[in-house]
Amino acid sequence: MKLFSYAAPQNFYPLAGRLWPWLALLATVLALAGLWVGFMVAPSDAQQGQAYRIIYIHVPVSWIAMVIYLAMAFWSVLGLVFNTRLSGLMTRALAPTGALLAFLSLWTGALWGKPMWGTYWVWDARLTSMLILLFLYLGYIALTSAIEDPRRSDRAGALVALVGAVNVPIIYFSVKWWNTLHQGASVSLTQSPRMASVMLTGMLLMSLAIWLYAVAIALWRVRSLMLVRESHAAWVQQLPEVQAHRALRGVA
Amino acid sequence: MHPHTFRAAAGSHALPSPGQAMLGLLRRDLRLALRRKSEWLGAVFFFVLVAALFPLAIGPEPATLRLIGPGVLWVAALLASMLSLSRLFEADHQDGSLEQMALSAAPLSWLVSAKVAAHWLIAGLPLVLLSPLLGLQYGLSPQALAMLALTLLIGTPVLSLLGAIGAALTLGVRGGGVLQSLLLLPLYVPVLVFGAGAVDAQLRGLGAQAHVSVLLALLLAAAAFSPWACAAALRLALE
Repeated sequence: MKLFSYAAPQNFYPLAGRLWPWLALLATVLALAGLWVGFMVAPSDAQQGQAYRIIYIHVPVSWIAMVIYLAMAFWSVLGLVFNTRLSGLMTRALAPTGALLAFLSLWTGALWGKPMWGTYWVWDARLTSMLILLFLYLGYIALTSAIEDPRRSDRAGALVALVGAVNVPIIYFSVKWWNTLHQGASVSLTQSPRMASVMLTGMLLMSLAIWLYAVAIALWRVRSLMLVRESHAAWVQQLPEVQAHRALRGVA
Repeated sequence: MHPHTFRAAAGSHALPSPGQAMLGLLRRDLRLALRRKSEWLGAVFFFVLVAALFPLAIGPEPATLRLIGPGVLWVAALLASMLSLSRLFEADHQDGSLEQMALSAAPLSWLVSAKVAAHWLIAGLPLVLLSPLLGLQYGLSPQALAMLALTLLIGTPVLSLLGAIGAALTLGVRGGGVLQSLLLLPLYVPVLVFGAGAVDAQLRGLGAQAHVSVLLALLLAAAAFSPWACAAALRLALE
């Protein structure tokens, strides 16, 4: 099947190179639109005033931080089952973005919590589980960068990502029963949203933008990882950008 | 050993069944541990010392100590159990017996369960037995002491089971000890929440049955999946 041929790095590298600039452009456009809707069009909140506007960053960033962990688990399963080289690289390319977004979620949450709850940090279920998600990302990054053999590193990382993915719901419910202060979810799939549609539009635009950003940056990063991992392969040596770089450095 | 001589040796005796192999491995690990007492006694002393440090840092107010007691003792037990994890596979990896286990007729995940059981008997059970004594220092009531020992009895095997995955993944990796704690501490959160939460609920008179049930569920899930993940991680380390 055509799709599986892209599991080989030499086929995926040019595809990722063609895709990521468009995705990044689309992400920028959507982010500008989302920010315009969020900051210019949407009214201020009846109870929370202007400070609520941080949700246009906070909520999308938190969603995508969780989605990226699922994506890592997905690539890990593919890697363990089909033994494809691309899967480990994709998991590894996603992890730093996931960690960054989890950190941003905590950071923007703290900035929002100060005016709303009167404190930067509370040991609430959602805050705590996002913090633990950040630790899971950091653990994955630390383990994969500590193991030098690429094959073992990929597979050990896949195991960690899967064990973490199994644990994420357990951790979430354990801290939920432990303590809950965070407001209930404003948007859910089972109920009609309890927020004005213009606010929802802004938030969804931003979510889409951040999702596209995550995909674009992961594709960009996976290209670099492929070049490092496959630097001895003939297809890398024949790449025009590699040859241009070598000519520039004066290496024949 | 040459493969042919190995096969000949195996042919002359009946191979041990997986159950026998597990039992043999358990006995061997326990015997080795009893001969090197400093290893597991170190973790036990660590538990006692950490539990003694907290009152020194926080102050001897009985009301405060009673409040923090369950949490402190649980965290101390968790750290003590993690302290001895790095040796779980290390010696076997170095002298090559781990490879023999991977090659043996018994499934590696069964043998791993035997090793984890040995680790718990050596590093987990002493903590369970000591915990009521340390709980007394924090002024816990008899019911709370019993609950503390019970939750540790259920919870420390989960810690050993999850910890074995971390130990297997970081086997032979540079800076493995720190890495192992970075990997494991997030995974220990549910056990800690429900373990310490049960004692806390008991202290407040709310009843701890729900917490204990969840801990038991965690134990069953960990016992079912951890040896399998652990065996996969060990095979990676042996490649």
